[in-house]
Amino acid sequence: MSEVRTLVIDGHDVAATADQTVLSAARENGIHIPTLCHLQGLSDIGACRLCMVELEGSPRLVASCVTRVEEGMRVTTVSERLNAYRRRVVEMFFLERNHVCAVCVANGSCELQGAARDLGLDHFELAPLHPEVAVDATHERFVLDQNRCILCSRCVRVCAEVEGAHTWDIQGRGADARLVSDLGTPWGSSTTCTSCGKCVQVCPTGALFEKGRSVAEPKARRPYLPYLVDHSRA
Amino acid sequence: MGADHAGARPRLATIWLDGCSGCHMSLLDMDERLIEVLARADLVYGALVDTKEFPEGVDVTLVEGAVSSQDDLRKIRQVRERTKVLVALGDCAVTSNVPGMRNPIGARAVLERAYLENATVNPKIPDQVVPALLAESLPVHAWVPVDVFVTGCPPSADRIFEVVSSLLEGRSAPAGQEQRFG
Ligand code: SF4
Ligand code: SF4
Ligand code: SF4
Repeated sequence: MSEVRTLVIDGHDVAATADQTVLSAARENGIHIPTLCHLQGLSDIGACRLCMVELEGSPRLVASCVTRVEEGMRVTTVSERLNAYRRRVVEMFFLERNHVCAVCVANGSCELQGAARDLGLDHFELAPLHPEVAVDATHERFVLDQNRCILCSRCVRVCAEVEGAHTWDIQGRGADARLVSDLGTPWGSSTTCTSCGKCVQVCPTGALFEKGRSVAEPKARRPYLPYLVDHSRA
Repeated sequence: MGADHAGARPRLATIWLDGCSGCHMSLLDMDERLIEVLARADLVYGALVDTKEFPEGVDVTLVEGAVSSQDDLRKIRQVRERTKVLVALGDCAVTSNVPGMRNPIGARAVLERAYLENATVNPKIPDQVVPALLAESLPVHAWVPVDVFVTGCPPSADRIFEVVSSLLEGRSAPAGQEQRFG
């Protein structure tokens, strides 16, 4: 049993064990911090930056999913500054690829769409990139549409950490980064993929989906993955 | 707004650029509330009005659709000049949505597909009557300032009614509850 730490989150006194993250301490106490790449049951990597919070005495924002609690820490999870950053982060996810919610399989159940709604994002100010990216439909049962991938890496982690297959990786850097299967070969010819479908179930967007589904049709079936604690979907 | 000349009723207009008309359909879905809106304002231009030229001195204009052609661009610039409060109505106007799906491959590829590859007689990209496509299909605010954004494909009739009635009364549009893209 690790030691107890006490801290203050949004004015509430909170107790947590020393190995807990600020995000998990906040959620345990009913304080909502938005996330996209985090999924309870998988490792945390601080990729999406939506869970940024303010720490008293630090000019820098920190990702609460990869920040351990400390004694006497004073955390702010909601402020105009944080909201502005979170809106910008979500805007950049939309503009980095080609998101057309109206014709997307995930319309109505997508966590990115839900994040935009929750943050009151009603238009984009930055210029869209409109990249020409691939759709890989070579797998017998599933499709990867890079137009909708936000590189959260949930699929990479569930495949490596839970299924133990490690089919997915992210190749390249910045705007050129791409999700690849088996070091950049078609998913359908993968020798590691067991077709378990876990990646499809954890994808927060419409980037990974089952064949035969059309607009707004898929419903995530996380309850079939009991080793993941978090079954919610926006 | 609309109170510039004593007794004058606010002037409302709608315009349809590169969209599917679904936002106008949603507008009609206001049903009997349309009568309420028309009791308060004059509808001076739009797909439902037989006026050829976009008039001067419009108080509120609802724009459906993205800006995709030279013709769309000419229209939206004139509309902006003649409108006090410009509303981007629906995802095509707000993000370019479905019309914008051509942006990654370019206008040329779309024209070739439609007029050359799929043509059975006279394969030819038109250079008359059909307005020339812009290189990219973009949201309205990429070209002219927009005052109010209403997301949705299409936005609900309730949301349109809420926005239009506030603007006609000279109030700012209330933040949309559960307003989202798609
Ligand atoms: S993945 Fe989500 S945000 Fe992207 S188009 Fe689909 S519903 Fe919209
Ligand atoms: S289906 Fe299973 S094994 Fe195949 S890539 Fe997805 S998570 Fe990995
Ligand atoms: S495919 Fe889905 S789960 Fe995988 S990185 Fe992209 S958005 Fe995340």
